[in-house]
Amino acid sequence: MVELNKKNARLWSRIGVRASYGMAMLEAAKQDAKVLAMSADLGRSSGLNQLMSLFPEQFVNAGIAEQNMIGVAAGMAREGFKVFASSFAPFISMRASEQVRMNLGYMNIPVKLVALGSGVSMGFLGNSHYGLEDVAVMRTIPGLTIVSPADCGEVFKVIQASVDYPGPVYIRLTGGVNNPIVYQEDYSFEFGRAVCVHEGEDLCIIAAGSMVATAIEVAKDLQLANGMSVKVVNMHTLKPLDEICMAKIFEGFSTVVTLEEHTVIGGLGGAVSEVKSRGNYSARHIAIGIADCYVKTGNYGYTLNEAGLSREKVVANILGKLKD
Amino acid sequence: MIDSLVNNIRRDVIEAGFRCGESAHFGGGLSIVDLLGVLYGKFLRFESKNPKWPERDIFILSKGHGVLGYFATLKNVGLMTEECFKTFQKNGSDLIAHPVLNLDIGIESSNGSLGQGLSFCSGIALAAKKKSSDKRIYALLGDGECNEGSVWEAAMFASQYQLDNLVAIIDVNGFQNDGATEIISNSGDVGAKWRAFGWHTLEIDGHSIDEISAAYEEASQLSGKPIAIVARTIKGKGVSFMENNNDWHHNRLTEANYVLALEELEQRCGGA
Repeated sequence: MVELNKKNARLWSRIGVRASYGMAMLEAAKQDAKVLAMSADLGRSSGLNQLMSLFPEQFVNAGIAEQNMIGVAAGMAREGFKVFASSFAPFISMRASEQVRMNLGYMNIPVKLVALGSGVSMGFLGNSHYGLEDVAVMRTIPGLTIVSPADCGEVFKVIQASVDYPGPVYIRLTGGVNNPIVYQEDYSFEFGRAVCVHEGEDLCIIAAGSMVATAIEVAKDLQLANGMSVKVVNMHTLKPLDEICMAKIFEGFSTVVTLEEHTVIGGLGGAVSEVKSRGNYSARHIAIGIADCYVKTGNYGYTLNEAGLSREKVVANILGKLKD
Repeated sequence: MIDSLVNNIRRDVIEAGFRCGESAHFGGGLSIVDLLGVLYGKFLRFESKNPKWPERDIFILSKGHGVLGYFATLKNVGLMTEECFKTFQKNGSDLIAHPVLNLDIGIESSNGSLGQGLSFCSGIALAAKKKSSDKRIYALLGDGECNEGSVWEAAMFASQYQLDNLVAIIDVNGFQNDGATEIISNSGDVGAKWRAFGWHTLEIDGHSIDEISAAYEEASQLSGKPIAIVARTIKGKGVSFMENNNDWHHNRLTEANYVLALEELEQRCGGA
């Protein structure tokens, strides 16, 4: 078992989220011959080079055919293999969404889908490759667990937790290389249980994926500039949402911000607003994410800023909303 | 024995389709009866008293709307009880117009969305190879279903991975929902297509018990490539007013037509 410590956290951050996924899969494949990685001609882009060469029997390339990949993955998982199938986020979640629905949803077959380069991390490759809507689409499929790791260390935690998890999982990878580190040391990871990563009392930011690190920076900025004490929660599991944690947040804070690298429609913000609508909560909810449009494209940092998700823009957005 | 099995299956198609009181897919259910009867009656390895037997062969109805033929077959080979079969298309039943995964009665997958079964079967076939299991996997597709691009993704995959434990049976009845396949989306030379995708391809009369048997037998001997059995069939086979009449793709049987259909089946099979 690979240990999450400062040294590894630095290494994984440097190599980036996709290479970390590949390393985590290599470890999983070493430990369990039933672990099987699939990809749709994106084995190398999934960081699976080593697994492909060291354990060729545990890799299946479906070619550029995501719909078929999901069906094959389901057939193999039904026969006892622990299948992780990866492709870029829109291809695996949207092009093949009905295969996901029939196989992982309707038949509840425990395939693990891995969405590479979700959010806007594909930079210059553009909106065709961005995962802007994937959580919204996947979240409507009954029985699917959706998880978005906050950093490369959490990618390892998610893969380890997924191998023997009896249900289907959609693993949404955001971030690129040289990612900010959220976790320097080991911690308890459990699907559906949110983790507080920064304590505070005046405002609560609920974030997922790459935006957890941004939220921590935003919390620090708001403390320095405005003396605000901001709590940050890593809602790594977008479905099922940690409703116990959500109830405590809505009862304890008058303002709750959701922050996600995803359209503001149907993602984390949507899920949180659904929980709020079911309870009798007076808290204000500010949903920050990508507007309902395709984003002007550049490198990852540029595109995040264009989408209003840079640290500075998030701070300005929150302060502006609080003045309303 | 096979003759009486397929006759009984056809009769049950008409019985269940009438008894449910709703529209049902008669045409595509009847075209596959002989293909299913021979498969379940002679070739498919399963234990009717132990439907989850791990070593069983797998059959998947990729053209999910063919359930009348499929459920009637499961009933006649003892995988499904008469009582269960009688619930076809009753409110709340497990037996609706498309298969819903239910291993207790021999239904191996949920279908209804066309173009997905061959991928699922390819995964099972690849898993069987990796586990050195000798189980054989059969997928039944419609010629209309082959409009779906995902069928051909699966065809390429199975060929690439040399899945010679996989048999795709193509029910070429020449019709789809809106009419004749040649008018809607002409599939042309179906056999040539499967051959071009790298499959051993056998072309047969899908109502000849001898040709069907010979094809399944040959399929079990072939190696190195997946096997396609292109079966020419008649939509609505066995009931003259349904044969090649696409009004019976999905329709309700009146009592008068029900009596007529049963009489005709009795005459054709000599009361077997």
